[in-house]
Amino acid sequence: MSQQIFHDSPDDLAVKAKWFSGRVAIYGVLILWAIICLFPIYWTITTSFKMAPDVMKGNLIPYWDYQPKSLGWRSLGLSPDTIWAESTVREEFLKRFYNSVITALCSSGLAVFLGSLAAYGLSRFSYRFGFMRNSDISFFFLSQLILPPVVLALPFLVLYKSLALLDTRIGLILLYTLTVLPIVIWIMRDQFAGIPKELEEAALVDGLSIWGAFATIVLPIALPGMVAAFILSLVLTWNEYFFAALLTSTHANTLPVMVASQTGSQGISWWSMAALSFAAILPLIAIGIVLERYIIKGMAAGAVK
Amino acid sequence: MAEQGDFLHVVTNDNITQRRMAFGRALMWGSALVLGLVALAQTLQETGHADFGFSTWRPTLYAYVLWAICLCWGQVLIRGERGKRVLFVLPAALFVVSMVVFPLLFGLVIAFSDWNLSSPTGRAFNGLDNLRQMWTDGFYWNALANMVRYTLAIIVEYAIAFGLALLLNSQIRARKFFRVAFLMPLMLSPVAVSWMIGKSMMEARFGPLARLARELGWENPSFFGTPEMARLTIMVMDAWTYIPFMMIMILAGLQAIPKDIQEAAKVDGAKAWRGFWEVTFPLMLPVSITVILIRIIFKLKLADIIINVTAGGPGGATDSVTSFIFREYRDRSNVGYGTLLAMVYLVLIVIAITIVMKLTDRWARPRY
Repeated sequence: MSQQIFHDSPDDLAVKAKWFSGRVAIYGVLILWAIICLFPIYWTITTSFKMAPDVMKGNLIPYWDYQPKSLGWRSLGLSPDTIWAESTVREEFLKRFYNSVITALCSSGLAVFLGSLAAYGLSRFSYRFGFMRNSDISFFFLSQLILPPVVLALPFLVLYKSLALLDTRIGLILLYTLTVLPIVIWIMRDQFAGIPKELEEAALVDGLSIWGAFATIVLPIALPGMVAAFILSLVLTWNEYFFAALLTSTHANTLPVMVASQTGSQGISWWSMAALSFAAILPLIAIGIVLERYIIKGMAAGAVK
Repeated sequence: MAEQGDFLHVVTNDNITQRRMAFGRALMWGSALVLGLVALAQTLQETGHADFGFSTWRPTLYAYVLWAICLCWGQVLIRGERGKRVLFVLPAALFVVSMVVFPLLFGLVIAFSDWNLSSPTGRAFNGLDNLRQMWTDGFYWNALANMVRYTLAIIVEYAIAFGLALLLNSQIRARKFFRVAFLMPLMLSPVAVSWMIGKSMMEARFGPLARLARELGWENPSFFGTPEMARLTIMVMDAWTYIPFMMIMILAGLQAIPKDIQEAAKVDGAKAWRGFWEVTFPLMLPVSITVILIRIIFKLKLADIIINVTAGGPGGATDSVTSFIFREYRDRSNVGYGTLLAMVYLVLIVIAITIVMKLTDRWARPRY
């Protein structure tokens, strides 16, 4: 038996205990907040596999509390026994899903296209439109953020009615583009400002035109920023409810509108509600997990100047 | 907005022939003429002076798009290289002007008229009647007061977000997991959130939140029973969705602070608490102001959760301005009055935001 020669002094042990309790507190708070963030998603998933009595008893853990049944998914036509059969509900759901995908992708793409061009121009050239200088034009674009959607909603309702754009995807795409454009310009301005202009100068000396330099030199460098802006716009447009609820009725409904309109005559069937909600949030959960880097990059771009 | 001084200076010698310039001008003015003619024809038909067989205003829209394209093209034809530079900003500017300025002007016309979309009589000017009606509309003032309350909740959200960002910025394991987990609420659609949390999890009988509340000793948990409680619940749900947003931006700000400043404070003997208040927090002030401003802007649009969970209830106590106008239109199709309310809201917002920006600008300017 060997005798331990070096001992920690009591002071050091106290520090260690304090450090340890600090760790416990930090991880405790982190785990608590993670539960707060994730539990609703868990609840949505498990509820979609419940039957009425399971919901009423508030069972939480599948296979232990209750036996999972695919009742909720059957009501969407997506359960194992109905997936190969004809299903009008599924048709309906897929149509809404498709509408959401199209509007979100197109409006985000359009916003990134218009916004990147504008942001590049504003960060590289000096303009004069009448009394407006560069800073005024930037402010004009960014000030659109302040505009609450409700101000535009009713005029657009009337305008779209006379333009026969009500209840069309194009109408929604145009409006969504407008709502995310300031955010895209904000992110992209930051991106372009970080690219040294010497790169373009070199390209111009080598005989490229301004647009050529933009497309071949600047765009590849700014691509991560563009992806970030695109993803952020995608999140906002996918979840948009207000305009979709006002401006669409039967053809161009997006998923949030479909989720919101699920009130059955004999009470709410929570299981199908949960299945539908989960199907609506699933794409963004996937994007959030896979592309988290870009989302954070996009949001961070504006914060730190 | 600060003026960026670092511009790209390009000198090009354009040889633009007279014919090219003339063609460009002709293109721009010609398409403008087409637009004017189509619009005139449609107006004539609308007012009943002539019949050209238009069923919608689509032709005017097409003429407008044609004009916009010709305008962009004409810029390049007339001004050569400088026109190409204008082409970067012009499409976005045209888009925003046609999508915002024009509807806003149109909205002003609607706001001062009596227009019920479901009534056959159509639009009629009624002067300031809508304004008078608004003045006596207690529900609208209540909604405005609610917006102030909801906005004040941002202070709490900010504190929580700051705390979480500090935790994420400290030495922890599984940082990526926590970051993704904390980000999740932002990705969820407010409608799904309001159904699954507001209606299902807060269901008085079986909802897990209600059961938790019962465990904690709240006899009869009802999250939407009293006006105060309902408002608080809405605030909590909205905070739940948007805290990640503030947290990420604050985290980015924290990571941009040079580590040596905090280390210097530590060497000088500052405890963690004092180090935070005297070093980190002041350095974070500009970021904090940006975050809070953006959060206020988003908060002022708050509607989805309220529309879906409480529909303004109980008795209009939880209404935000947006949800109130939404129901005003949904229930009564009253376009004129709704638009006026929205316009007043916009004016109030612009005034408030301007004041806040001026104040913070003066307050946060670094004094070295």
